Amino acid sequence: MADTQQVLRKTPLHTLHLELGGKMVPFAGYEMPVQYPAGVLKEHLHTRASAGLFDVSHMGQAFLSGPDPARALERVTPADVIGLKEGMQRYGLLLTEQGTIKDDFMFSKLAGESALYLVVNAGTKESDFAYIGEKLRGIATLGPKQDRALLALQGPKAGEVLERHSPGINQLTFMKVVRATVAGAPAFVSRSGYTGEDGFEISLEGRDAERVARALLAEREVLPIGLGARDSLRLEAGLCLYGHDIDETTDPVEANLVWSIGKRRKEAKDFPAAEKIMDRVLNGAPRKRIGIRPDGKAPAREGTEIVDKSGHIVGRITSGGFGPSLNGPMAMGYVESAFAADGTEIHLMVRGKAMPARVAPMPFVPHRYKRASNPD
Amino acid sequence: MSEIRYTDQHEWVRIDGDEATVGITKYAADQLGDVVYVELPEPGRSLGQGGEAAVVESVKAASEVYAPIGGEVTDANSAIAADPAKVNADPEGDAWFFKVKIADKGELGKLMTAGQYADFLKGL
Repeated sequence: MADTQQVLRKTPLHTLHLELGGKMVPFAGYEMPVQYPAGVLKEHLHTRASAGLFDVSHMGQAFLSGPDPARALERVTPADVIGLKEGMQRYGLLLTEQGTIKDDFMFSKLAGESALYLVVNAGTKESDFAYIGEKLRGIATLGPKQDRALLALQGPKAGEVLERHSPGINQLTFMKVVRATVAGAPAFVSRSGYTGEDGFEISLEGRDAERVARALLAEREVLPIGLGARDSLRLEAGLCLYGHDIDETTDPVEANLVWSIGKRRKEAKDFPAAEKIMDRVLNGAPRKRIGIRPDGKAPAREGTEIVDKSGHIVGRITSGGFGPSLNGPMAMGYVESAFAADGTEIHLMVRGKAMPARVAPMPFVPHRYKRASNPD
Repeated sequence: MSEIRYTDQHEWVRIDGDEATVGITKYAADQLGDVVYVELPEPGRSLGQGGEAAVVESVKAASEVYAPIGGEVTDANSAIAADPAKVNADPEGDAWFFKVKIADKGELGKLMTAGQYADFLKGL
């Protein structure tokens, strides 16, 4: 019999998720845990108070090699790739030819290695890899690493926990990346994440992932964390979710991600649709991505219309929900630029009623990264 | 003796004379996860059987609560609006949502008994 249902892929931690009581849901073609028995609220709060372990093995990992992979990658991103120092990681946007956002991704330069290490979003990885491969044909080669796993250990206790399994790792500061051994397994480890907290992302061979995950989960500070809390944590941190807050209909200026365009790149205007994007940097975009705090307690979800006081639609929410650490509702969305200033009074159409809200600065919960200039 | 009936949308309704008390079942509360927001109907509002009556939201999602039986709302449980976590703690007890003055007891015939609801859950 033909099976017409899409077969969901499994990460190397699938068995462990089931053993831990993970509630499995389809996500980006994978069967992933949305939560464990502790539940989204406790998982979220635990990550901010102690440490949480996330399986993000569904994300796309690849190496970009060639005579000058940094120069090559600049064909598809406005980030300063050439200027990235050894042992550092950086955030970048993958742009379409029209200058809209095809994806957001991280790229790293491991010390002493010429290839760049890339991590792209799960839902877009096949399309990203095909696009990068095609655009960089003849000058660089993209090698997807489908056999690798990716774990994130996030939270204020992440440093001391990981130090026990990888001595010296706690000396890394934010956005640094090294090859290291974690619980005996070869890994690349970056001090980064998607929660707003201090923490690490640990890339491993798939066959080592379960053993390393078990070693970290055996630490009393660590709980497994599902996709539900991952989403509420990143939204409190004001971080974009691709396919919701940014996509191929948004550009870096509207998305408020101009900071990810390198200074040299802005001057050289040598990235896709650079003239159009730089014109918008100078003259403004018609709409802007903003943070929103509803005045009341009702969460406003993705798709909610944003209206002005006369009821005209001026925008739409792209991510919205309840922030457990904020202890209240929060949202992110796009509004016409005239409504984008912090404190602007707007209304959200929730179940047919106009709920008062205000444009608010992000992050909603302060970032607590371990920056090099902020030693402790 | 009060009797309790259930809907296929996972509401329960307890009948005491012509008053009905409505809440969501433990199954519904567990499926939702941590409840963070509850919106209740105003007393005096008239509800039709199966009509949207209340809203319950977890961190991730919003769900409607439908009226298992028609009638006029006589009371709403402000304690769960103030502390939505009560819905997870005691969904079939203290965390009732609202009460209605039953318009037509004949509507009870469309609802499930406890035994029927238990069988219905097994089939999910």
